[in-house]
Amino acid sequence: MEFIQFDHVSKSYEKQLILDELDLYIKENTFVTLLGPSGCGKTTTLRLLGGFEKPDSGKIYLNGNDITALPANLRPINTVFQKYALFPHMTIEENIGFGLKIQKKSKDYINDKIKYALKLVNLDGFEKRSIDSLSGGQQQRIAIARAIVNEPKVLLLDEPLGALDLKLRQSMQYELMKIKQELGITFLYVTHDQEEALTMSDTIVVMNQGYIQQIGTPEDIYNEPENAFVADFIGESNIIEGIMIKDELVSFLGVQVPCVDKGFGTMKPVDVVIRPEDVELDAPGKGFMDGVITDCLFKGVHYELDVQCGEYEWLVHTTKYFEVGQKVSLNVIPFNIQIMNKPESEDEEVLKEDDQ
Amino acid sequence: MNKFKKGASSLYLALIFLFLYAPILVLIVLSFNDSMSRTVWGGFTLKWYANLSSNDNIMEALGTTIKITLTSSIFATILGTTAAIGIHYMKKRHTAIMLGATNIPLLNADIVTGISLMLLFTRFTPLGEFSVILAHIAFSVPYVIFNVLPRLQSLSEACFEAATDLGATPMYAFYKVVWPEIFPGVLSGFLMALTMSLDDFTITYFTKGAGVNTLSTMLYTQLRKGIQPELYALSTILFLLAFALLLVINFKGSARKEVVKNEK
Repeated sequence: MEFIQFDHVSKSYEKQLILDELDLYIKENTFVTLLGPSGCGKTTTLRLLGGFEKPDSGKIYLNGNDITALPANLRPINTVFQKYALFPHMTIEENIGFGLKIQKKSKDYINDKIKYALKLVNLDGFEKRSIDSLSGGQQQRIAIARAIVNEPKVLLLDEPLGALDLKLRQSMQYELMKIKQELGITFLYVTHDQEEALTMSDTIVVMNQGYIQQIGTPEDIYNEPENAFVADFIGESNIIEGIMIKDELVSFLGVQVPCVDKGFGTMKPVDVVIRPEDVELDAPGKGFMDGVITDCLFKGVHYELDVQCGEYEWLVHTTKYFEVGQKVSLNVIPFNIQIMNKPESEDEEVLKEDDQ
Repeated sequence: MNKFKKGASSLYLALIFLFLYAPILVLIVLSFNDSMSRTVWGGFTLKWYANLSSNDNIMEALGTTIKITLTSSIFATILGTTAAIGIHYMKKRHTAIMLGATNIPLLNADIVTGISLMLLFTRFTPLGEFSVILAHIAFSVPYVIFNVLPRLQSLSEACFEAATDLGATPMYAFYKVVWPEIFPGVLSGFLMALTMSLDDFTITYFTKGAGVNTLSTMLYTQLRKGIQPELYALSTILFLLAFALLLVINFKGSARKEVVKNEK
């Protein structure tokens, strides 16, 4: 049995089904991110593990023990809340020591722990300050410190960086990874920010509408999305309907292009995913398809181009500038063409339509 | 121009305060007046204050008032606080219904509340101190609810969860995290209930039955004979008490803010 295990867990609020028979396994000492749009059930999953909600059916195991009915205060799990949830009438010291005091630790032990935790989040010497004297980023660090001093087996983080600005968010991402390394405990992180998920996680669980869409390493999820939802949600992509003619040959938009995927069968309808940065532009006639540039936006590192090829408008990222109206051709090396099965069951079909 | 503006605004302010406090000032002056007349100054005296304690009528009414006010306020505070917590955690639609129901006693004319409570009580219990206390609890509870509820709403929902997450039992989490945050609201609710109960005449009059008198109903009966100057003295004392209480509350509030500022 895995370290954390969700076994057929269902949960609904006011007759609306949030999680449907969810099965999820999490290994010890990994950084796992639940990623998905709002309403996909990721926060509910986290709250079920934290003990703030009870599942309607199914079981949750931690380290082999059934913790489904265990109240939050008895679980060896601590949480960093989205809005920090620091206690406003207590000093920073009292906030961080709150859990340790309940465990009846000695005063020296508590003081040492507070010092250690503050050092870990880079706020040494803040013991006596009040909560409202801190900035959002500092409050978030205190919330992290308050959770980790209790030495939980699992740390739950519910979109902890959502309220911070971009620069701060990025530096906090590195700090979280550093803290994770130092503590060597399991992190379960919830976010709708795919960049955050790709940066920090060992494993990403992509969720939508209460179902798990794909579980894998950040590289897997990005490079080999299993379905159109994942491809669309993780980064930008061109998703085109196509037909797998035979192994290593796919046809879409009226052209046949070699690819590296095998085992889909012959003449099978599929979805083709091509990342915008994998499309190469060349002089007309040199690629597999000709088109006209209809839009060119400067995005800092790259230009974002729209290329109209007959019915379909491609999204292309390139570091070179192109004039609007310029004629070009598209090229993609076979390795960068990702083939995905079309949704088979009606359920999957519904999911796909809802996302669009 | 600026000077004129400033002068005009101070004058305006002075006028407002004059209208607000002149009646009370008259009362206080009269309480030291060594004459039964309300219009003639007969010299300074403290005898009305001295007479107070020997006036059985007044002392009895005072005792009854204190008893009724304190008992009803304490019960109203307990009921109102628990009700506010309950309402806060209800579903949105139910909250709206409950708040509407809470509003009715506030908006209802005192005379209607008084008569209806009297009709209700006579069915179950003889009118007396007990029925007055029940009536006072009934009309004080909304004030407590409306003082506590905003405090609960400003408290982050997650704070309670955070406390249980850190190992606190629900009781401990409430006592350590929720209670300190809502306490100022509970206190101001209690003080408001105290004032409302002390102040009430109409509802008390209908529910008190024979032989029971609070200060307000006693004053009313005394009107027919002419008010004794001892009552000026009593009113002055009550005013000063309320004033002192207000000062303490304000001072405590600003002192707390000061501490927060200094820490920054």
